[in-house]
Amino acid sequence: MKLELRGITKMFGSFTANDHIDLVVEPGQIHALLGENGAGKSTLMNVLYGLYEPTEGEIVVDGEAQKFNGPGDAMRAGIGMVHQHFMLVPVLSVAENVMLGDEYTRSAGMLDQKKARDVVSRLSKDYHLEVNPDVLVEDLPVGIQQRVEILKALARHAKVLILDEPTAVLTPQETDHLMDVMRSLKADGTSIVFISHKLREVRAIADTITVIRRGKVVGQAEPTASPAELAAMMVGRPVQLKVDKEPADAGEVVLGIDGLSVTAPTGQVLVDDVSLDVRGGEIYAIAGVQGNGQSELTEAIVGLIEPSAGRITLEGADVTDETTDKILGRGVGYVPEDRMHDGLVGGFSIAENLVLDTYDEAPFGNAISLNLSAISRNASERIDEFDVRTQSAESAASTLSGGNQQKVVLAREMSRPLRLLVVSQPTRGVDVGSQEFVHKRIVEERDRGTAVLLVSTELDEVIALADRVGVMYGGKIIGELPPTATAEEFGLLMAGQISDTKESA
Amino acid sequence: MSPEGPDLGKKKDPGEEPAAEGDTKLAQAESGDDRTRETISQILRSDHPAVVTVLAVICAMIVGAILIVVSDDATRSAAKYFTAAPGDTLTTGWDAVKNAYVALFEGAIYNPNGGQLLSPISETLVYATPLILAGLSVTLAFRAGLFNIGAQGQILMSAALAGYIGFAWDLPAGIHIIVAIIGGIIGGAIWAALAGALKAKTGAHEVITTIMLNYVAVFFINWLLTQTWFQAPPYQQAVSRPVDGNAQFWHLFGSGLRVNFSFVLAIAATVFVWWLLKYGTFGFRIRAVGSNQDAARTAGMSVAATYIGVMVIVGALCGLAGASQVLGEANNYHITASVDGGVGFTAITVALLGRGTSWGTFAAGLLFGALTAGSGQLQASTPTPPDLVQVLQALVVIFIAAPGLIRLIFRLRRSKSAGSAVLAKGWNG
Ligand SMILES: Nc1ncnc2c1ncn2[C@@H]1O[C@H](COP(=O)(O)OP(=O)(O)OP(=O)(O)O)[C@@H](O)[C@H]1O
Ligand SMILES: [Mg+2]
Repeated sequence: MKLELRGITKMFGSFTANDHIDLVVEPGQIHALLGENGAGKSTLMNVLYGLYEPTEGEIVVDGEAQKFNGPGDAMRAGIGMVHQHFMLVPVLSVAENVMLGDEYTRSAGMLDQKKARDVVSRLSKDYHLEVNPDVLVEDLPVGIQQRVEILKALARHAKVLILDEPTAVLTPQETDHLMDVMRSLKADGTSIVFISHKLREVRAIADTITVIRRGKVVGQAEPTASPAELAAMMVGRPVQLKVDKEPADAGEVVLGIDGLSVTAPTGQVLVDDVSLDVRGGEIYAIAGVQGNGQSELTEAIVGLIEPSAGRITLEGADVTDETTDKILGRGVGYVPEDRMHDGLVGGFSIAENLVLDTYDEAPFGNAISLNLSAISRNASERIDEFDVRTQSAESAASTLSGGNQQKVVLAREMSRPLRLLVVSQPTRGVDVGSQEFVHKRIVEERDRGTAVLLVSTELDEVIALADRVGVMYGGKIIGELPPTATAEEFGLLMAGQISDTKESA
Repeated sequence: MSPEGPDLGKKKDPGEEPAAEGDTKLAQAESGDDRTRETISQILRSDHPAVVTVLAVICAMIVGAILIVVSDDATRSAAKYFTAAPGDTLTTGWDAVKNAYVALFEGAIYNPNGGQLLSPISETLVYATPLILAGLSVTLAFRAGLFNIGAQGQILMSAALAGYIGFAWDLPAGIHIIVAIIGGIIGGAIWAALAGALKAKTGAHEVITTIMLNYVAVFFINWLLTQTWFQAPPYQQAVSRPVDGNAQFWHLFGSGLRVNFSFVLAIAATVFVWWLLKYGTFGFRIRAVGSNQDAARTAGMSVAATYIGVMVIVGALCGLAGASQVLGEANNYHITASVDGGVGFTAITVALLGRGTSWGTFAAGLLFGALTAGSGQLQASTPTPPDLVQVLQALVVIFIAAPGLIRLIFRLRRSKSAGSAVLAKGWNG
């Protein structure tokens, strides 16, 4: 199936998110979309999927102009989409989710569960999308949930599959697997529109690349183009892809963790006897596959969950039992892993989100009232400084593009005097230009003497930023490596294999 | 698609759109006149909450008119010979509708041929006062993501305490009323804070606890009204002793009109809630907890403390409603088992209509107060049953609750400001 977008324009009020975009997706082609945060990629895909009505322009499938009144029409025309944020029903099984919206029925309107299961098993087998059709979606890790989303699109005979930043939440292994799936889909004649900020992936899988900047197509590129060329095309200026930093000048211990354990209500041990020190002026990175206790470790540090054992100290003071408010008040910045869920209040304006944890302190407010003019002044400064692409500081955070939401959280946490910065997945969903900026800011923060605890599943990021790296597996720090260690050494540790030579106490 | 064409029915299910779309095209009009006209038509064709609310009221009155016709004896008998003289049915039907709505208007706003000029307005304000106060209470709880069904209980407890101070304590003028009002505030605040504390400490759902606390309050009042130290002699009726003159709200426009100082309190409370939600530090916390608890907690806010704090304010607002019921003329300065005047539940409706804003709630309270005031005249001067008023209130809410319906009927455009978001989120906790 050949898909063409002709002169697509989408306006939100007076703001043009897509400006006369032309795009051709050939049958069996993997077409990558690259572009800065807020360039309009997701918006364009939502238009294609019938979620937004284009202000102008048309969608042409196999030479025929289409009119989509909703995703139902798009699906009927053979277009499937996996969103940046999944849209599954957690309490339903995989098979039920797959048929949802297009339920198979037997006589008398009974659901045909067996057929649903069969469809899932058949598609799983054909495209290496292994998943048990009977488990509930809520019990599945993100990577597998994404497979369910893809299955869902395939079950509706999608001939064009839109994947909006599918790898942002995947582990490297899952990403590799997804690439395999994409290749086998392609071999089958399915076209794929692939959005990612990770140039390596794009170069590895794409047949052709379209670059969008500020709502306009700025050009096509071949996957053979160098990362630097692609980055420059996206951002419109040369981008420094490597992080410049001096060796750390580590000072006193700022964060001390001693024998820390966290136990889930179910009795499962999530963080298992972790001890580590982070000194002022150094970046300690925790590498590891997602779901090995990193989130719980950071949440325990900022007092969001209660450890079952162990002690946490900040500059010598025991803060194990302190409230989050107190801990943040001691000069701790915290960037949570899941920005939508924990980092932002979607209905609040950007200005309000930028003071979410300082709203009751001078100059933004006191115990009684807010200082709205200080809040809005702060907002314009932060928006400029972090290059948040938005129409106004009063726009709701939920209208921001994914990467810009992340920038708002970073801007909030990194613009007050800090002693400790705890930051999880700082560049998830952030474009290369802003990645450069965020990395620079983290290093600057370090050079100012702040202790930085970085949690990242991106090995590249860990290696680029860290002064010391601890690898977390099964709730434990199973080894420490210098950032100069090889990817193989990291890989082994991240898979839980402790090599005798490198093991630390 | 032409930018002016109706955007309606385009989407299979408007609720499925991930984000509201803004289609405003304001900046285009050239001349100032054109621009004004354009702006006005923009507002009228948008689904701004105020527009939808007004249209919902109109729809409710139209449906109400049908019900009036159907329930009208004269029209029904005329309808029996409809084919012979259809005009009869139409005229009697029209008369019934007209008389009913005229009566409502006369009872609530202005009566050209009866009594004191300001009397209808005064009645409207008297009925509106507790509705506004209790409505604000429900609205504020909504904003924190809580569903306060306990206004009834909070009003009863505060009326009991304010009333008791009013009749049992002997204090100088001026001081007495202030102490009684504070008593009412404390009574309501404690009653609501109980539910807040249960939610904060044990996770008990506030809908359950506030409903249960309503029962406790009802039976507590009934018990009080059997106690000789509470009940009015000769202990025949379930009525308390009357509130001392020192503790009665003074009338705003002379004793001929029932409207009293409690209405000023309602205005003050509205300003307070408006200020709290816009400028207040605690209001910021309330809104944050109400729209994303996890982010609020991550930012260091204590969700539990916020719940308890907001319920104290929520209860205090109901406390003012209770005080206005017993210290104002609304219930003849007595505590009875029905001193709450059924306001507790109507307040939920008022808050829904007010769409999560303080001034919206104020306006909704006035509207419902007017309808209630009008129902007296309706009963006195027309055969239409006064229950019509409750039907109208319910219809307004049904139309509000289904903004898609209003959009469909009036072919409004879906706009960015579209929002019963607060209400939709209200009870997600
Ligand atoms: N519903 C909306 N209302 C108003 N503006 C919006 C809305 N949705 C998106 N925008 C704006 O449109 C622009 C494009 O957003 P979009 O989500 O398409 O970006 P993106 O290219 O996907 O970025 P990212 O890489 O960060 O995901 C952004 O500036 C965003 O603020
Ligand atoms: Mg996007």
